[in-house]
Amino acid sequence: MAQDVKPSAEAAPRWALVVDLDRCTGCQACVVACHAENNVPVAGEKQAIYGRWMHWIIIHRYWEGEYPNVKARFMPVMCQQCTEAPCEPVCPVFATYHNPEGLNAQIYNRCIGTRFCGNACPYKVRTFNWFQPEFPEPLTEQLNPDVTVRSRGIMEKCTFCIQRIRRAEIEARAEGREVADGEIQPACVQTCPPGALIFGDLNDPDSRASQLARSHRSFRLLEELGTAPAVIYLKGGEANV
Amino acid sequence: MSEPDRSTLHAPRSTPFDERLLLAERTDQEINQAVLQPMIQTGRGFWALVTVLGAIVAWGLYAWGYLVYWGIGVTGKNRPVYWTLFITTFVFWVGISHAGTMISAVLRIFKADWRRPITRGAEAMTAFALMMAGLYPLIHLGRVWKFYWMIPYPNNRLMWPNFQSPLMWDLVAIFTYLIGSTLYLYLALIPDMAMARDHTAGWRYRLYRALALGWRGTEAEWHKLHRALGIFSVAIIPIFLSVHSIVSWDFAVTIQPRWHSTIFAPYFVIGAVYSGLAALASILVIVRRGMRLQEFLRAEHFDALGKLVLVAGMAWTYFWFSGFIVEWYGNEPVVRELIRQEVAGNLAPLFYLQMSANLTPIGLLVFKRVRTTPALLLAATLLVNVGMYTERALIVIGSLQRNHLPFNWGLYRPTWVEVSIVAMTFAGFTLLYTLFSRIIPFVPVWEIKEGRLRYTLRRIGRLLVPTAAEIE
Repeated sequence: MAQDVKPSAEAAPRWALVVDLDRCTGCQACVVACHAENNVPVAGEKQAIYGRWMHWIIIHRYWEGEYPNVKARFMPVMCQQCTEAPCEPVCPVFATYHNPEGLNAQIYNRCIGTRFCGNACPYKVRTFNWFQPEFPEPLTEQLNPDVTVRSRGIMEKCTFCIQRIRRAEIEARAEGREVADGEIQPACVQTCPPGALIFGDLNDPDSRASQLARSHRSFRLLEELGTAPAVIYLKGGEANV
Repeated sequence: MSEPDRSTLHAPRSTPFDERLLLAERTDQEINQAVLQPMIQTGRGFWALVTVLGAIVAWGLYAWGYLVYWGIGVTGKNRPVYWTLFITTFVFWVGISHAGTMISAVLRIFKADWRRPITRGAEAMTAFALMMAGLYPLIHLGRVWKFYWMIPYPNNRLMWPNFQSPLMWDLVAIFTYLIGSTLYLYLALIPDMAMARDHTAGWRYRLYRALALGWRGTEAEWHKLHRALGIFSVAIIPIFLSVHSIVSWDFAVTIQPRWHSTIFAPYFVIGAVYSGLAALASILVIVRRGMRLQEFLRAEHFDALGKLVLVAGMAWTYFWFSGFIVEWYGNEPVVRELIRQEVAGNLAPLFYLQMSANLTPIGLLVFKRVRTTPALLLAATLLVNVGMYTERALIVIGSLQRNHLPFNWGLYRPTWVEVSIVAMTFAGFTLLYTLFSRIIPFVPVWEIKEGRLRYTLRRIGRLLVPTAAEIE
């Protein structure tokens, strides 16, 4: 398989996203930024109520306690870019596969829409194009030319803004240098007002993401399932209101 | 010696042989006619049935077109319930298809004599049920026009399909089973095609002549036919086991709670046999009445079939319980929630329908009176399939509504598109089966004639004595 073919340990980064639950306010700015960056269509209220929202990041909201002592807990959940991804082996046409950087790539044009990956994913972060996506005017004016506009009947999900990763890598190579830590910013990371999201390379022990990943607060979602995600959460405490 | 008078002929009727001797009194010619007549004479009821079924199929095709035009969104699927009635019905039809092989191949190997008049009906059921099942992997695709990307052939995309995916195993297993069971059906059909060829005229004659492949009934031909049937009977059993095991692995290889279970493969196989045999009994009761085949499909056949359904039902209960008790005691959070949903939550009506519809027939079929009374047998076996359909819906849809993260829980409601397409395959199956029964002899005449040699009246002194012989 592709993930075994690594030129060298340094050459292959392991991209990771750190989510600080203490900082997350549940403002959903990351969701909006993601929609804009990745040409994610808006499903509309009626569809969303029926569980057909198309967000690549879903802010899980859990209530704790009884009124009046109620707390809202927020947890942004995006594709966890699992090392052992349950969605990958079940696809009959290799539309979802593991790329050499350990990312869980989704090839839209190859997908035939069996939705098997959606069932296999324990985080349920894959979204399906139930209808032909619509971008009412003037939304078509702001479609991102770096990202495919998907058709109906296929699966899509968070890519860690792979177009931004590629652009930074290409620019760094053109200038004959390594990609600097923090140079790559997925749309959600760039937007997050309280700075709850940090993106970086886990294979670089000095990157900010690596350092945070070693924090005593770090955990991975549904770690017990053995999917080895690349999204690292930092436990939220009392600061989370 | 004078003709045996009726009193001596009727005397042995009190013995267990009485029914088997019915055919001993008939000549070959009479048997041929008894099978061919109902095929050729079609009443108004038949055409009314064909029209109604055709209309339902046409409506279902419209619904499918609507689905392809607008997208999967016109079904009730959502996130997380990505598979719903289509996959449920797919599993149901694959299950139904299992009885044909069970009856024909397994009982042929065991030389169970009562299989003879029902083999053809069972094999046809297998073939048509598989055709209906095979539609669903296409219907449920988001982009059905790209279905051929799953077929392994050298192509300009330079891509092979992913053989790690259970959907690919499905594709291979179902096609193998469809081809195998169709050939099996056809092999056993050749001598009857020759018989029909010799007794018909017009388009039927031309059709049967082509299908009979020039069968003349020589010793060598019979030898080859029996050999081929013997090989097929043995070879098709592993395929039959693999097909429904693989269908179960579509679910069991994922880590979705309640799907991820080692018992799923045998549990699905036995469930398939249970629902398939029950469906066969239902169909035989209906066809027997519709085509006046009372002479061939008799109480002894229904009795034996009923017992087989009974045994399959008890085995299903055992497998269901073995799975359930482990999950119950395992008490893992999501599984616990799913079980709570079933026994006391949203899914409770379906769960209790499933359990009562699956378990009641077991209690009923214990009684010989139920097994041998067509109306009661029909009621009991239809109940089995209500239960088995509900069971599949609970497994597919029920399980998907709950998962590891409560924020992702969902609820599914079917739409008219899904219901229409499901109805289309039920009507389509019935339509194919109805048309088949008017074109192909529904009871295998040569097998019946062969079996008739077993039970004959022999004259010993002044008595006519019913005798049984051991034959192949």
